[in-house]
Amino acid sequence: MVRLEKLSEEERKHLVEAECPTYDMRPWVEGPPLNQRRVALVSAAGLHRRSDRPFTRDTGDYYRVIPGNVKGDELVMTHLSINFDRSGFQQDLNVIFPVDRLRELAKEGVIGSVADFHYSFMGAHEPKNIEKQAREVAVLLKKDKVDAVLLLPV
Amino acid sequence: MPTFNTFPWVKGPPLSERRVAIITMAGLHRPEDRPFTRDSGDYYRIIPGNVKSSDLIMSHVSLSFDRSGFQQDWNVVFPIDRLRELADEGIIGSVADYHYSFMGADDPLKWEQQGRFLSGLLKKDKVDGVLLIPI
Amino acid sequence: MCTRAVGALSRFFEEEGVPTTGISLVRLHTEKIKPPRALWVPFELGRPLGMPDDPAFQKRVMVAALKLLEAPAGPLIEDFPEDVPASTEEVITLACPVNFAQATVASEDAEQLHESLKSEIACLRAWYDIAVERRGRTTVGSSGLDVAAIGDLIYSFLQTGKLESPRNDIPPTNLLKLASDDFKAYYFEAITAQPGQEYASSQALTDWFWDETVAGKVMMAIKNKYENSEDRALRGAARGFLVPREVARLRKR
Repeated sequence: MVRLEKLSEEERKHLVEAECPTYDMRPWVEGPPLNQRRVALVSAAGLHRRSDRPFTRDTGDYYRVIPGNVKGDELVMTHLSINFDRSGFQQDLNVIFPVDRLRELAKEGVIGSVADFHYSFMGAHEPKNIEKQAREVAVLLKKDKVDAVLLLPV
Repeated sequence: MPTFNTFPWVKGPPLSERRVAIITMAGLHRPEDRPFTRDSGDYYRIIPGNVKSSDLIMSHVSLSFDRSGFQQDWNVVFPIDRLRELADEGIIGSVADYHYSFMGADDPLKWEQQGRFLSGLLKKDKVDGVLLIPI
Repeated sequence: MCTRAVGALSRFFEEEGVPTTGISLVRLHTEKIKPPRALWVPFELGRPLGMPDDPAFQKRVMVAALKLLEAPAGPLIEDFPEDVPASTEEVITLACPVNFAQATVASEDAEQLHESLKSEIACLRAWYDIAVERRGRTTVGSSGLDVAAIGDLIYSFLQTGKLESPRNDIPPTNLLKLASDDFKAYYFEAITAQPGQEYASSQALTDWFWDETVAGKVMMAIKNKYENSEDRALRGAARGFLVPREVARLRKR
């Protein structure tokens, strides 16, 4: 919402009081124009293929791999929070994971190409816990020649 | 047989401007739909307005009526092809997005709530002419 | 909380040399975490691209976020200028002949409640099937259980507080969470396929599920019955896995 003023006092408080890590570094990587970039989607929505294991609260169980040619019918969501809207996602995958739009943008030449692999984290974990695996995923993204990641919250 | 004391009557525009839905009691549905059961809550199937009558099948549980007529032509019990022709000819305004097929073997007294709920759906589909067809 | 995770991921990737851009739902979190590039959108949690079934709108959001990759310097947060079109707030018709008066959870006739729940599930099935056909997909299925089985599972959980997991690869409380997500998805996918509901707001859908359906009443009753249980796992499941925080708060007994 996220216009905070539209939320109830309780929900606003919940978001305002959430502890956010702060960092000193200001990372900034340059790249070619958008129409030459290879783009991957990284969602925090706890998405995965129907055949994958559902997400858990277990230490180390932080992300799933989503093949670039995934079909909409293969994806389900097992995010542990029940406190956000799922009805948009239920009607249209692209509200949360715009993979059809990404393919269209590649076809139209707005972006260069679509990555072979996308990723979905389950965003309920503390940022510091997922750091190690996030850095591993960065290496995988580079191997896939990705030079643009679009990060998507829920 | 239930008896009724009120006589509802709703007016509307001329036929040539009406949006028409068909409700049949024949227990028809598309082959990919689930067959009818006797389960509570399992009362109707939805038939999209663009379906061809020849694509429909029947899983009505009653055996006590003649089936030869509509085995030749479903339009005898569910005249959806005729309805589309009437729309093309301008005799009715348009064909609804959704039509409904009940399995009419149920107790009519249970139908009141279903009818009231269904009328809400029909209104959302902007239907102002319903053709009810028994079997 | 996912805006937090997304901000942190953005930094970790960028530090490893991968250029990133992201959508921000909670601007405050993004201001604190300061990822390299973020597009703040005024949409509700769970809808980062804004509108279902509106490809043109979704594409405008995406291009605005991707364009930030060409910005000369950062970190930067840009605000997306559009909000979503108004949605329908109208009360939804549940086309099911369920007698709600009989389906109260306080009723002594527990069997009647179970029958009402089964009848409601059966009645929505025609719309669910149409929904799956039209969209070519369903989000039901993470529990691996059939929806009728989920209804029985949730009903018996209300009565006994015990969960006999039909799957031995998933712990019972996790299965309850997955089953309840599947259950809600079945109801929401079905109702949004009905005529006139394409643009129903998430609020209208939420109100419908929790105030008008037997399923919503049963799940709320589980929460009310077990949220203060001595059993830690049961208490946790009752509080966290069924009823959204805001829904429960607004409907406190």
